Amino acid sequence: MHELAIAESVVRIADRHADGRQVTKVYLMVGHLRQVVPSALAFSFELVAQGTSVEGAELALEEVPATGKCRACAAESRLNSFPLQCAACGGFDLEIVAGEELYVESLEMEEAPSEDQELTG
Amino acid sequence: MHRTAVKKVVLEGVLDANDALAQANRERFDRAGTYVVNMMSSPGAGKTALLEHTLERMRGKLRLGILEGDVQTTLDADRLARFHVPLVQVNTDPGFGGECHLDANMVRSGLAELPLDAVDVLIIENVGNLVCPAEFKVGEDARVMVYSITEGEEKPLKYPLMFRSADLVLVNKMDLLEHLVFDLEQFLGNLDAVNPGVERVLTSARTGQGVDEWCFWLERRGAPS
Repeated sequence: MHELAIAESVVRIADRHADGRQVTKVYLMVGHLRQVVPSALAFSFELVAQGTSVEGAELALEEVPATGKCRACAAESRLNSFPLQCAACGGFDLEIVAGEELYVESLEMEEAPSEDQELTG
Repeated sequence: MHRTAVKKVVLEGVLDANDALAQANRERFDRAGTYVVNMMSSPGAGKTALLEHTLERMRGKLRLGILEGDVQTTLDADRLARFHVPLVQVNTDPGFGGECHLDANMVRSGLAELPLDAVDVLIIENVGNLVCPAEFKVGEDARVMVYSITEGEEKPLKYPLMFRSADLVLVNKMDLLEHLVFDLEQFLGNLDAVNPGVERVLTSARTGQGVDEWCFWLERRGAPS
């Protein structure tokens, strides 16, 4: 259940970038080669978002397809499953170009700071 | 009150904070001249048993230190205490969301109790788990995975992240080969499918098979230059 640790980190990042505004949606990019279980992540996200500016926000996961560049023939292939293999020459010596991503891409938030912030600020 | 939505581009890695701490750990290890191995496996694959052999063989050759990660109990640390090497136990239980693996911060918290200057090779025995530990760098130089042949041939395909990130795979419990319906060639083929050509040593913590070769691997990397 490392999804809980990942969710904690996502909420922390979003909360910091929100700067007091209410976050409504968090876009997370997840590479195909990572082992993240979406349902476990969504559950953890909802849990750890409570009491932060991210509470109630939607978590949008976008999967990044895996691609590799062959070190033998330099062709780029989409990698859907193991073994990771060059589609052009059949080689196994690939440099992973995409598919290992795990980052917060963007946030959607409300324009103004939330109510109580407006009052105190 | 109606509010308009705004979008803000963030582009921040989820594990950046952990990776920065791992890098800080790594710099500390490098300054002390300590080579660090992150040892990972499923529960019960034989990490602690192999470490007992390792500590025995390396006595007087290489100054080893152990950082034990466990969800609960000090049972593993207790087994290794008789070797009188620097040893620290980190229980992950109080960590929220961190109970299934060691992260860079947990390792950092354990380092205060380790005399790194007197350790050539630090072995971090991670929490037994084939998924979570692979995601978290802790500042290691190498990742060693202990796999036991009782786990089945298909495991590299089911847990590719961990098998792919390993620099060395110890294929353990080889003494059981004759009693199991286990196809070693098929397993090694699956291993090569996810991590082509990765170094592997066939071991048995029961008979001592392969322990010399594994210790030689450690010595080549960890001996003070």
